[in-house]
Amino acid sequence: MNFKLTLGIAAFSAALALSACDSKTETTASEITSAAPVTEEKLASDQTYIYRQLDEITSFDPQLIEDVDGSIVGRDLFEGLVNQDENGSIVPGVAESWEISENNTKFVFKLRDSAKWSNGNPVTAHDFVYAWQRLADPEFASPYSWFMEIMYVENAGEIIAGEKAPETLGAVAVDDLTLEVKLSQSLPYFVKMLSHTSTFPVPKDVVETLGKDWTKPGSLVGNGAYVLEEHVVNERSVRVRNENYWDNENTVIDKVIALVINDENQAYNRFKAGEVHKTDIPAGQFKRVMQENPDETFSMPQLCSYYYLFNTTRAPFDNPDVRKALAYSIDRAVIADQILAAGQTGAYFFTPPKTDGFVAPEVDWSKKSQAELDAEARELLAKAGYGVDNPLKLSILYNTSEDHKKIAIAISQMWKTKLGVETTLENQEWKTYLDTRRLPDYDVARAGWCGDYNEASTFLTLLMSDNDLNDSKWKSTKYDELLTSATVMSDPNVNYTLAEQMLADAMPIAPIYHYAEDIAISKNLKGWPFNNIEQNMYSKDMYLVE
Amino acid sequence: MLIDHEKSQALAENLANQAEVQGRSLWKDAANRFYHNKAAMAGLVVLCLVVIFTLVGPLFAQWDNEEIDWNALGNIATAGAPSIETGHYFGTDELGRDLYSRVIQGTQVSLMVGVIGSLIAVVIGTLYGATAGYIGGRLDGVMMRFVDIMMSVPYMFILILLMVIFGRSIFLIFIGIGLISWLDMSRIVRGQTLSLKNKEFIEAAIAAGVPTFNIIVRHIVPNVLGIVIVYATLLVPQMILTESFISFLGLGVQEPLTSWGVLISEGAGTMSYGTLWQLAFPLFFFVITLLSFFFIGDGLRDALDPKDR
Amino acid sequence: MLNFIFRRLLIAVPTLIFLVVFSFLIMHSAPGGPFDSEKPIPPAVKANIEKKYGLDQPLYKQMLNYIGGIVTEFDFGPSFRYKDRTVNELIADGFPVTLTYGFIAFVFAVSIGVSIGVYAALHQNSWLDYSTLSFAIVGQILPNFVMAPLLVLIFTNTLGWLPGGGWEGGKIQFIILPAVALGTSYLASIARITRSSMLEVLHSNFIRTAKAKGLPYKTIIFKHALKPAMLPVISYLGPAFVGMITGSVIIDTFFSTGGIGLHFVNSALNRDYSVLMGVTILLGTLTILFSTLVDILYAWIDPKIRY
Repeated sequence: MNFKLTLGIAAFSAALALSACDSKTETTASEITSAAPVTEEKLASDQTYIYRQLDEITSFDPQLIEDVDGSIVGRDLFEGLVNQDENGSIVPGVAESWEISENNTKFVFKLRDSAKWSNGNPVTAHDFVYAWQRLADPEFASPYSWFMEIMYVENAGEIIAGEKAPETLGAVAVDDLTLEVKLSQSLPYFVKMLSHTSTFPVPKDVVETLGKDWTKPGSLVGNGAYVLEEHVVNERSVRVRNENYWDNENTVIDKVIALVINDENQAYNRFKAGEVHKTDIPAGQFKRVMQENPDETFSMPQLCSYYYLFNTTRAPFDNPDVRKALAYSIDRAVIADQILAAGQTGAYFFTPPKTDGFVAPEVDWSKKSQAELDAEARELLAKAGYGVDNPLKLSILYNTSEDHKKIAIAISQMWKTKLGVETTLENQEWKTYLDTRRLPDYDVARAGWCGDYNEASTFLTLLMSDNDLNDSKWKSTKYDELLTSATVMSDPNVNYTLAEQMLADAMPIAPIYHYAEDIAISKNLKGWPFNNIEQNMYSKDMYLVE
Repeated sequence: MLIDHEKSQALAENLANQAEVQGRSLWKDAANRFYHNKAAMAGLVVLCLVVIFTLVGPLFAQWDNEEIDWNALGNIATAGAPSIETGHYFGTDELGRDLYSRVIQGTQVSLMVGVIGSLIAVVIGTLYGATAGYIGGRLDGVMMRFVDIMMSVPYMFILILLMVIFGRSIFLIFIGIGLISWLDMSRIVRGQTLSLKNKEFIEAAIAAGVPTFNIIVRHIVPNVLGIVIVYATLLVPQMILTESFISFLGLGVQEPLTSWGVLISEGAGTMSYGTLWQLAFPLFFFVITLLSFFFIGDGLRDALDPKDR
Repeated sequence: MLNFIFRRLLIAVPTLIFLVVFSFLIMHSAPGGPFDSEKPIPPAVKANIEKKYGLDQPLYKQMLNYIGGIVTEFDFGPSFRYKDRTVNELIADGFPVTLTYGFIAFVFAVSIGVSIGVYAALHQNSWLDYSTLSFAIVGQILPNFVMAPLLVLIFTNTLGWLPGGGWEGGKIQFIILPAVALGTSYLASIARITRSSMLEVLHSNFIRTAKAKGLPYKTIIFKHALKPAMLPVISYLGPAFVGMITGSVIIDTFFSTGGIGLHFVNSALNRDYSVLMGVTILLGTLTILFSTLVDILYAWIDPKIRY
């Protein structure tokens, strides 16, 4: 319930921030930009795009996809009502146009009649209705079923809880090409959420005849620009051009191959050998790689923050002075510029500065020099009764990863030399770490958060007293009020800035840095959506040149 | 694990026969033969040097193993290179920590894993095998069936499972590696014991009313010691290799402690980025130490098994 | 012999049951479950998922259901992580890949290892003997997580002869590097074992007799010496093959071959209970199978051995 509430508030406030679009919207197909090479570029004869995938994806079924890598594949194999363009703005997908009425609670989508499944059948509104009911159906038990709930589609919550039949969902096919959606509350942000893979249609007849096997290569029928040709678990998945795709003419890439390469160094070696067009830059190597190969090395800000949690239920971390002392003495410049050194920025507040509409707060401590902060930290710690003769002892919890390890070691050394704090490091594998964090059974723990959508509340609501994700267990009614009242304000960002000020005073978490995504992209690959901060890419919008 | 136990068993038989014929001069003969084995002696010397290095080395270190050189950080490829001036004789790792100190510390951990792991295997295996062989009968049958069952367990996998679930600790590595290596040992010792148990001196001990446990510990065990020592020397490098495999999977010792496995896999990760020393130094110590153990093991085997001569 | 095989099989059953129960209990006592992630799933949704996979039932029932499924239908259940796949499919996809490069690595290691070993033994104490021996020992102790990236650095990035990874249905150029990386350390061990056992045989009385009788050198080596010298090698091969299969986790990590190796570690990390049980049973069966095979081979080569 808490979960639903916080996400609800978030989505609601986001909606208000974007209230300008609360009017009838019409977009036509002609406005769509598609992959089109600039004239002087010569297209490569072999349009096979190969990229590295860190891990095997969990599913090809749009209603079961959970991971980022999976949704990249999902967006190629299926197409939802809307797509995102290279800037992350919404453009029509299967829906040609839509009408919004009744104060953002009723949405009517007009589907294009040229949209076809890869087996030649037309894509109809019934397919969307089926997919959405499927997502909410408790028997199908999708781990993403809550997405239907935070979209506020009528009866979604009751269906998930098993109180109503899936057929009662507030999405109906008026006719084959008209989809009508009713929401239980106003949500102007609704259309933006439809670029998420879990809302993509599935072909009812195929799913019902083949059952669980329908996602096998050869059987999978999709409505995206590509069809699944081959899938070898932990090795590769191959998708080829879907001739039945409505915009097939403007699609340039013929074949997309995702190679699963676990080891990042190995992946980069294969990038250098020309075996893949896109991979991640190995941790800690950005600078060197940038010098060697500046044309193919990129760093983009991400909507993610890296921070340390203090367990405020445990002494002495219930004391804000101790928390502040520890937070102040972390040298963010060293971590961002020397250890990671790949476009990350030191963080003095939680919300990433690039977040849409967010006004960065003027927190005092961000303006002081590190030497001043260190001196202040020593004072604060002495005030709390710790010093050379009575050193503070703590342990840092982090999950297994080269970067987390490096940062934990560096921070433990900073605390040791500056404050005389004695630190032990505790490295746990992911699931154990999550469990330990949630209990909470730690002193200080590493954490990271990526925004679910481009708005500050996706970060700030995390620290509300009743949020399930509030692992520092810090509670402040004043903070809760700030965020709750933000949902009805015309400019919620005022309150977000105030909330950040409160965090700087109480320091339940120590912000460390804001993420950057570092990738290597072959200079032959064009059309990468660099300006899409969510990095939602579509292979159909890219092309390869000689 | 992957030790050729058949060979050891054959050696065990020879050893037992030898004891009968040659009597007291066996150990001296063996020592003589060992001294004349150049490879084995060289191995012994190198091993001693490595051990001395881990003991004396820290005295010359200018940085401790967890201290970060903030000047080198962020510019490891140049500022972190091996140099006498900066005090990083072996360079630094990716985080600007002194590799010299870390190699010393990693060597200590890895040697400890090897030696303690083998000790566990030797103690358990010897006692288990001697007990089964000496008491015999149904107990022997049950105990050896148990070994058969345990032999069919895919250990490496179970060990990975345990490390994943119970978290990393050096203690678990000792126990885990030690516990999976005693099986071969127990089989060999049992075979040895079977041939020893009808000897006159055992019968004399029984006649004198010595308790069973004392017979096993005082009379059986000392007589199988030769083969046990050979086996243990060959076990140490296996243990170290196992530890490095586990470290590669990210399940090794907890930071800031380190081991050869951790250092080598970190170094191997960055070997194409111009910081080759991060791989070279730990790998060098790893290779020479393991080579020494192999040569010593082979030397001991040859020394204690005169048939090859 | 038949009696022996029968006894071995009899042991196999309790061993596998022990393995299954042991891994099952350890797995379930571990913190976290297959569906835990950074963003906690709402309780209603989680309850639906647990019901779907039968995780809401008591532990002993889950275990009985699981074992029942295997015994009656040879069904190892659906993967908790790869939702489009069953454990049977995952193993059917990955195991042949592992077997292929494992087998080639094995053949490579045995053929070259034995040749080197015999050669070194015949030239005992020459510089050739020492150099092959040193090469063998270094090969044996160089961890394959150093070997694998080294091979890629040389053959892919520098020479450009072979692809740095992938499988593509098992084309020969994709098999070479994995097989070499996997086989080298075993090759080295085999060479060492062969050398020392060959030396032992060459110094034995029956070879001396053969030499005294004036038999041709080749006949002595290949007809009389090689067979008994192979005994220790064979006893090494059983555990070596299983070791290769387990060691394939490194190969799959570096070369993205898509074998089952990755499942060994990932299933435990992901708490993918059914896959974990599947690979446990597979590895247990293989271990038993190969040790039985080795014993049979042994009896065939050395008729003195009776079981």
